Amino acid sequence: MCTVCGCGQASVEGEKHEHKHEHAHSHGHAHGDHEHTHEHDHAHAHGHEHTHDHGHGHHHHDHDHHHAHDETHAHAHGGDHDHTHDYGAGIAGVHVPGLSQERIVQIERDILGKNNSYAGANRASLAQKGVLALNFVSSPGSGKTTLLVRTINDLKEKFAIAVIEGDQQTSNDAERIRATGAKALQVNTGKGCHLDAHMVGHALDQLDVAENSLLFIENVGNLVCPAAFDLGEAHKVVLLSTTEGEDKPAKYPDMFAAADLMILNKSDLLPHLDFDVGACLAHALRVNPRLQTLVVSARTGEGLASFYAWIFARATLARKG
Amino acid sequence: MHEMSLIEGVVDILIEEGRKQGFAKVKTVWLEIGELSGVEPEAMLFCFDVVARGTLAEGAKLEILRTPGAGWCLDCAKTVALSEKFGECPECGQYHVQMTAGDEMRVKELEVE
Repeated sequence: MCTVCGCGQASVEGEKHEHKHEHAHSHGHAHGDHEHTHEHDHAHAHGHEHTHDHGHGHHHHDHDHHHAHDETHAHAHGGDHDHTHDYGAGIAGVHVPGLSQERIVQIERDILGKNNSYAGANRASLAQKGVLALNFVSSPGSGKTTLLVRTINDLKEKFAIAVIEGDQQTSNDAERIRATGAKALQVNTGKGCHLDAHMVGHALDQLDVAENSLLFIENVGNLVCPAAFDLGEAHKVVLLSTTEGEDKPAKYPDMFAAADLMILNKSDLLPHLDFDVGACLAHALRVNPRLQTLVVSARTGEGLASFYAWIFARATLARKG
Repeated sequence: MHEMSLIEGVVDILIEEGRKQGFAKVKTVWLEIGELSGVEPEAMLFCFDVVARGTLAEGAKLEILRTPGAGWCLDCAKTVALSEKFGECPECGQYHVQMTAGDEMRVKELEVE
């Protein structure tokens, strides 16, 4: 469990903003007895310099904004003022001694509701384009990036493919993906342990995914938190590798319950390990009876044909028109 | 798991409701957190003070109501207590229990002024 995770330090690769503001104000006041004359001279000079630095050399913007405001206000107040502030008075002006304006508000709102509404928007815009979006989740080191690189190389003749890479730091994974020729965008979550739907929405704005294409989202390597955050994907695909414990689906059930497909990776290492594939799948199916399971090796390519067949079937369902 | 981002979600909800319902200060927040939600109440309490600082909920008291886990056992055809997510039925020992309560994560009510 990570109690230090989460604060919003996410950065989408290529989104940097620098702002400079300059303000100049001058005020003039003149006060008389019992009569107040206020004269305000406001002069605002705003100098905004925006520098947007978008990575990969796609866009460069330079903006210069100059604003000048000249306003003159004159106020004259006369007469007696009698102010009573009664913060104990109710809406109807009724004051009940001993009762403050404290009240109980029932709101009954889902804490994840905001993320879910962003996810809904992502899902709608992906559906409109006929894009099949898959959210890949696993522990660190299960082979997500290796599987994606291999899959892209094998499928890139048939599909346009874009990738959103989530990691706490570095753009190493996005670079590995870009080496295949696919479009990739790195989202760094800072201290965050998962991608959320808002970050993915921003990434989608930048990526401009093609119609009837595939979108692979590689989530932060973490079997716990990404389970709760819907990104707007069609399916969560959970990876487990044979070098991990075969009871991981029992230990981290949320992720296996949230996924539609489980891929057991690194099958080429099975002869050297005491990993019981049957026991592992049994643990996973106990948590999620509807889970589909595949056993593959992203390194040797063993079993990948079944994964590609799964992608083809799902892409056909997502396809537009 | 991710208690910090959940608490940020809670504070966002408070700010939004404050604007909508016209209150400027939150004194108490009642959360409903199911026992099977995977959320650690201690960790939520720990980050709430930090996240609420500088907002209308600064200094507010966070009360966490735990709802016990329950599920519908397909074999016994009745509601049974569930002590862990995807766990077995305490009566028949089978794993055919569909969770019906215990995974709540909600802001239930507020005391405001």
